[in-house]
Amino acid sequence: MELILVNVIDGLVTGLLLFMLSAGLTLIFSMMGVLNFAHASFYMLGAYFAYQISLALGFWVGLLIAPLIVGVMGAGVERYGLRRVHQYGHVPELIFTFGLALLIEELVQFVWGKNQMAYDIPDILNFTAFSIAGNSIPAYKIFMIFISVGIFMGLLYVLTKTRVGMIIQAALSYPRTVEALGHNVPLIFMGVFGVGTALAGVAGVIAGPVLGTFPGMAFVLGSIVFVTIVIGGLGSLWGALVASLLIGWITTFAKSYNIAMSDILNGIGIATPENLSDNMFRDLWTVTSPQIADILPYILMVLILIFRPAGLFGKRES
Amino acid sequence: MKNITKLGAVSALSLIVGATAAFADNIKIAFIDPLSGPFASTGTNGLHQYQFAADHMVNEKGGVLDGQNFEIVPFDNKISPKESLIQLQVAIDQGIRYIAQGNSSGVANALTEAIAKHNKRNPDSRVLFLNYAAVDPALTNDKCNFWHFRFDANADIKMDALTDVMAADDSMKKVYIIGQDYSFGKAVAAAAVANLSSKRPDVEIVGNELHPIGKVKDFTPYARKIVASGADAIITGNWGADMLGLGKSVIENGYEGPIFTYYAAGSGMTAAFGESAKDRIRLISQGGINPIATEEARATYDAFEAKYPEGNIDQSRIFNVIGMLAQAIEGAGTADDVVAVAKQLEGMEYDSMWGGKIFMRPQDHQAIQDMHVGVHTNENIDFDYDNSGYGVFTESTVTMASMDSPTTCKMKRP
Repeated sequence: MELILVNVIDGLVTGLLLFMLSAGLTLIFSMMGVLNFAHASFYMLGAYFAYQISLALGFWVGLLIAPLIVGVMGAGVERYGLRRVHQYGHVPELIFTFGLALLIEELVQFVWGKNQMAYDIPDILNFTAFSIAGNSIPAYKIFMIFISVGIFMGLLYVLTKTRVGMIIQAALSYPRTVEALGHNVPLIFMGVFGVGTALAGVAGVIAGPVLGTFPGMAFVLGSIVFVTIVIGGLGSLWGALVASLLIGWITTFAKSYNIAMSDILNGIGIATPENLSDNMFRDLWTVTSPQIADILPYILMVLILIFRPAGLFGKRES
Repeated sequence: MKNITKLGAVSALSLIVGATAAFADNIKIAFIDPLSGPFASTGTNGLHQYQFAADHMVNEKGGVLDGQNFEIVPFDNKISPKESLIQLQVAIDQGIRYIAQGNSSGVANALTEAIAKHNKRNPDSRVLFLNYAAVDPALTNDKCNFWHFRFDANADIKMDALTDVMAADDSMKKVYIIGQDYSFGKAVAAAAVANLSSKRPDVEIVGNELHPIGKVKDFTPYARKIVASGADAIITGNWGADMLGLGKSVIENGYEGPIFTYYAAGSGMTAAFGESAKDRIRLISQGGINPIATEEARATYDAFEAKYPEGNIDQSRIFNVIGMLAQAIEGAGTADDVVAVAKQLEGMEYDSMWGGKIFMRPQDHQAIQDMHVGVHTNENIDFDYDNSGYGVFTESTVTMASMDSPTTCKMKRP
């Protein structure tokens, strides 16, 4: 029973981290129709910048400055890269961001090398917040939860309650009309791209010390972010949140409990075959939940695409 | 005009021929390992050690035979067996006769099979497989062949030595085994279960599981299971990012006991573990460097640090590979006839500068050598890893470990 509570907290941390990545990506995608393959690379840049800054000025300065640098870089990429490619259609944009992802990975390896960086949790947060039946919850995890919830609140407020947010929402669905009303839509695009990548940067800064800061960190997280926004529904902040938490909890629980497929099949009344080694479904019978935990989100995505193509909270059918 | 073109073409051609002739003097060793992706750091550090060992031990001392140099040619296999086979073909097409690979037994299994086939079909361009780190026992048992030589101890030998140390601790009651889901991870788990149940039947194995290799983002759920199981020792064969992720996660989430590992050092890992893992992580390996065994090894390590200030010699067996290969080529009197070189390697006894002897067992091509169990610490460290002040200090040594261990290898010799 205690373990369930612990897993709820762990899943929440994983989910919120995923949310910070997918929130920016989903806004960028719905607004510009660009699948930004380099999004996870900005997450990696955030971690590396923060590591470098933390060496000189400490963790907290890194937390403030690194996302800013990443955001400015993101805005620059939109202004001088994507905007020029945009006129040639979506495929060149896709290739552009794909190339950018490779470029950033090479750049990071060139500057920092291929080793793991010793980017660590700040001492002030390096203690056990509380324990549940011998399972300690590090204070840093609580800190991660607060940061991401704070960012979600802030984003929600800006998007729904302020004038800027309304213009952004309008530009999401009717960019031409908004432009005709005298708003500078390219500037909005640039701003959204910058903020989206900055969010990825924040995620990198706070995830770097726990998940490791190494050149493969973007690759490991890259595909799952796309799965999240497809499940949540493109362009929906709530969708991104719900999908992220869902994925966080599904994978955490699947890994924490060794549920064997044979138990499930026995449970619904199918008896285990006598001679398993000759059986054509042997792999199916011997599979356990931790083994398939990481593909469960993809299965969920396929189901969503079949039964609700717009995603959980998506509005548009296209 | 036509004549000038001809003249140009001829002189260009002769330049090319001359250049290839100059290159042909080098004895090339193809290094097929991950140089990009999640395990890039492990592969790149191995490459640096190879290049340094070739320069320091062979080229700067006048080369082998009549002044031929060793040249390490890197190939990135992205840790994929499929990609490795393509790179192997490229290497063979370039006329390379020596293949070095170590990261992932999955890759090694694919390579050894492909090389055996190639050598059977193409007796004129046979190649040798110098396996410096892939430790799946099958490679020197059921799947052994004449072309494959393993310079690291296999998973069974390592586990035998490691469990000797573990079994001496009477307070250990519950052990958790976790590893990467592929042939090596499974071999470690099987060896751990077999050794523990015979050496300490009272110890309970409270968990035995595998996780996907190189794909786990967050090890917290696994750490929770380990803590919940009440384990007081963990055994893992994890390496690269998987080792660091697992180690950090179990320590952060409240696990108190020791972690017995195969590869938890170097490549940035030692620095990243730092204080948190002091006296907690133990490693089984060959060739300990703290305390250093010989003055020659000290000079070598100093020279390495001068060349790669950020690097570590965390796989000292690479130096044994180069040393033994050079000795075998000298003994055979040729580098082109790999059968003659292989026959020299078989049964070779080599004095390693890292201490002890290395005996290449002829019946299965498994190197027999001293095994050391070391601890991650910052005390008495001459040579630290990652410039962190932390390193691995040898606590106990098993001389010529598993010298008489059985093998199922039935080798067919050419």
